Amino acid sequence: MGATGNVEPREILRLDRVSVVLGGRQILEEVGFALRSGEFTGLIGTNGAGKTTLLRVILGLLRPTSGTVVFAADERSRRTRSVGYVPQKVLLDPDMPMRARDLVALGLDGQRFGIPVRSRRRAARVDEMLRAVDAERFADVRVGLLSGGEQQRVLIAHALISRPDLLLLDEPLANLDLRSSLEIVTLLGRVAREQQVSVLLSAHELNPLLPVMDRVVYLAGGRAASGTTDEVIQADVLSRLYGQHVDVIRVHGRILVVAGEAGSQLASHASDFVVGAG
Amino acid sequence: MDRFFTWIVAPGFFGSQPVQVAIVIGGLAAMVSGVVGVFTVIRGQSFGGHALTDVATAGGSGAVLFGLSPLFGFVGLGVVGAGVMEMIGVRRLRGRDLATGVVLGASTGLAALFLYLDATTSGTTAGATQQILFGSIFTVDSSMLPIVIGFGAVAMGIVAAVYRPLLLSSVSDDIAAARGVPLRGIGLLFMLALAVSVALSALTIGAILSTALLVGPAAIALRLTSRPGVAIALACVIGVAVTWAGVLLAYDSYTWGSSRQGFPVSFFIVALVFLLYVASAVVRPRALHRGGG
Repeated sequence: MGATGNVEPREILRLDRVSVVLGGRQILEEVGFALRSGEFTGLIGTNGAGKTTLLRVILGLLRPTSGTVVFAADERSRRTRSVGYVPQKVLLDPDMPMRARDLVALGLDGQRFGIPVRSRRRAARVDEMLRAVDAERFADVRVGLLSGGEQQRVLIAHALISRPDLLLLDEPLANLDLRSSLEIVTLLGRVAREQQVSVLLSAHELNPLLPVMDRVVYLAGGRAASGTTDEVIQADVLSRLYGQHVDVIRVHGRILVVAGEAGSQLASHASDFVVGAG
Repeated sequence: MDRFFTWIVAPGFFGSQPVQVAIVIGGLAAMVSGVVGVFTVIRGQSFGGHALTDVATAGGSGAVLFGLSPLFGFVGLGVVGAGVMEMIGVRRLRGRDLATGVVLGASTGLAALFLYLDATTSGTTAGATQQILFGSIFTVDSSMLPIVIGFGAVAMGIVAAVYRPLLLSSVSDDIAAARGVPLRGIGLLFMLALAVSVALSALTIGAILSTALLVGPAAIALRLTSRPGVAIALACVIGVAVTWAGVLLAYDSYTWGSSRQGFPVSFFIVALVFLLYVASAVVRPRALHRGGG
């Protein structure tokens, strides 16, 4: 892995005018952005904004109705596409006979046929990965018995051990307490820099990501605004995106996105429009 | 010492050909059930496994109607049933349960018809119902051995071939799909292995009891270890041990009463599985708890 200083970010993936229509409903409308190596990108939007759909498009599980998704060829290894994925709500059954280290090892070659061959090199790589996510303490505990934050670490290690260029995480903070959230976000920020992975994390809250987020893709109503946090989280940009007046308020290093007019109808949907109030 | 030995193993046990056949077929069925059973439990397909026993009942009783060994019916209809369940069962858990239930209901009806016809149209099959439902391993002809071994090898081969993707999709279908695992193909192959496994244990302990051999040793193994490979090995060892012990006890049981009336193998196997399951709940190793090594 090796910590690298200021490596020039290289483009990993580019989405160009991607639209998705499912069952007659427009889920994504002309979404475009690029992801670069070593950068942490937050995919922000409320429930139903199209975050999971967008991730499924990137994973190749869903074909966009129009537009293109292009992975940059990796000159180092000639891999054209390697993506690590931590899906939303993975239910790890306490009955599953699998230790944290077994799940991480499955990340090496879980998609291949046949029975895995044990080797010292494999074990060393698993140990190294468990260390990288601070999961050595519970490496031999059944995954189903781990806490939510611990399971996230193991799933991240599982996704990272095959050394992908891109790591996608779908709402990994959804069921975590504040402290675990912060730990996971810090870990991912470190992983992005040290391993030169491009991290794309979806969340409905902006604030927990602020310490590490390099760029943001902000989804609302199927459309996206992208750029650095400062470029995107602006009243005029978000007002255009939401199609109505929105205020951006910065207090104590936190950002509140609030719908402007306080009509009774809007008030009842206030939680939909206050992003990162929690 | 000698008397103790004859008390454990009644005279003539190892020399008896039905016993030898039972040892081989029972052991093989238990091994296949152990391998397939662990995946059945962790994939949450115990209900599917149980439905396949009803499919097997229909197949077995149908085969007897045509003068064939029930094994061919167990396997034949089992494979069809497994395919149908997997094809019409959408990936959602609920859809799979419904598809399973529909197949279960249809095959039980078919079994009712075939068992009725078995009993009424042919004079020689008075014991057929008993044999299909509750097993009668001492009556299996030794000519069936190569066929049983072949089926066993197919089931074990399938599971060995898809071991890793099967494990990955048991953890998360989403992760497996994202890594390019063909979920439907893997699911279908596993259902085929499951059908063959159910067929073999149906031959050993009867169609409606075969769930016990499929799920029991696996469930015990999952309580004793947290490693996937070890769980499978353990389920095999437990399954083979209870099956052989069941064969031995059934053979011995002929000498127990004065009536010279033995008890069925199936009863002993299922009873041993149950006892071990209860025991495993009591002696759950510390390692499986949080903080254990």
